[in-house]
Amino acid sequence: MQVTVHIPTILRPLTENQKRLTITGFSVLEVIEHMEERYPGIKEKLITGGKAHHFINIYVNDDDIRFTDGLSTSLSDGDSLTILPAVAGGAEPALLHT
Amino acid sequence: MEVKKIMLTIHTKLVEAMITQAHKDHPIETCGIIAGPQGCNLPLRLIPMRNAARSAVFFKFDPNQQLQVWRDMEARDEEPIVIYHSHTDTQAYPSRTDVKFAAELRAHYVIIPTNPIYGDEIRSFRICDGMVTEERVRMLDSYKSEWELAMVA
Repeated sequence: MQVTVHIPTILRPLTENQKRLTITGFSVLEVIEHMEERYPGIKEKLITGGKAHHFINIYVNDDDIRFTDGLSTSLSDGDSLTILPAVAGGAEPALLHT
Repeated sequence: MEVKKIMLTIHTKLVEAMITQAHKDHPIETCGIIAGPQGCNLPLRLIPMRNAARSAVFFKFDPNQQLQVWRDMEARDEEPIVIYHSHTDTQAYPSRTDVKFAAELRAHYVIIPTNPIYGDEIRSFRICDGMVTEERVRMLDSYKSEWELAMVA
């Protein structure tokens, strides 16, 4: 399956400043593994302990993968995979959210 | 040697809108962005965001709304110029959580205090690689006319 991956500004230094990549994979995890082969270092920015980082949002088309099958979410040809840094914060100490 | 000064230039109406929203949402933390044309560093289009955490001490943009807003910005050749939120019972200074989540290196991070004992003025910061730098806020009563039109569109 060939999908278009939308890369956020903060990760573009790892993708030679490309905003969009065309990557193959049958699941979100496979696409990330294939991105890692081409752009080493990107996987650790997206995944920790086998799950997506809580400060990263990953969407397949219009759906947040937290509400589908997470990194196992399957992909179809022509799907769009969007990565966005979660925008969050507040007065609470960070330790409560690690 | 020239030292580049960092500063947020912003229309007074946008500041008033952020403060009004923050007090309306109190005691929940308010949040939102002000978008502007790519590379112009001028905030124009204020977009209140839903705080998915519904908390007095934490905010998180609703992920579905964020996707739509970010797509709209891309279609309009915009970027987030200001990312704002309120602190409901602490000073208007970035917390550890704020610093940890700050991912937009070019954005101005604005904090609005909603407890009067911490003042009533917004403060603006740049947050880069865990470093917090406060910047001056310069409020204007008008931008160039075409930008003013964009703000009310």
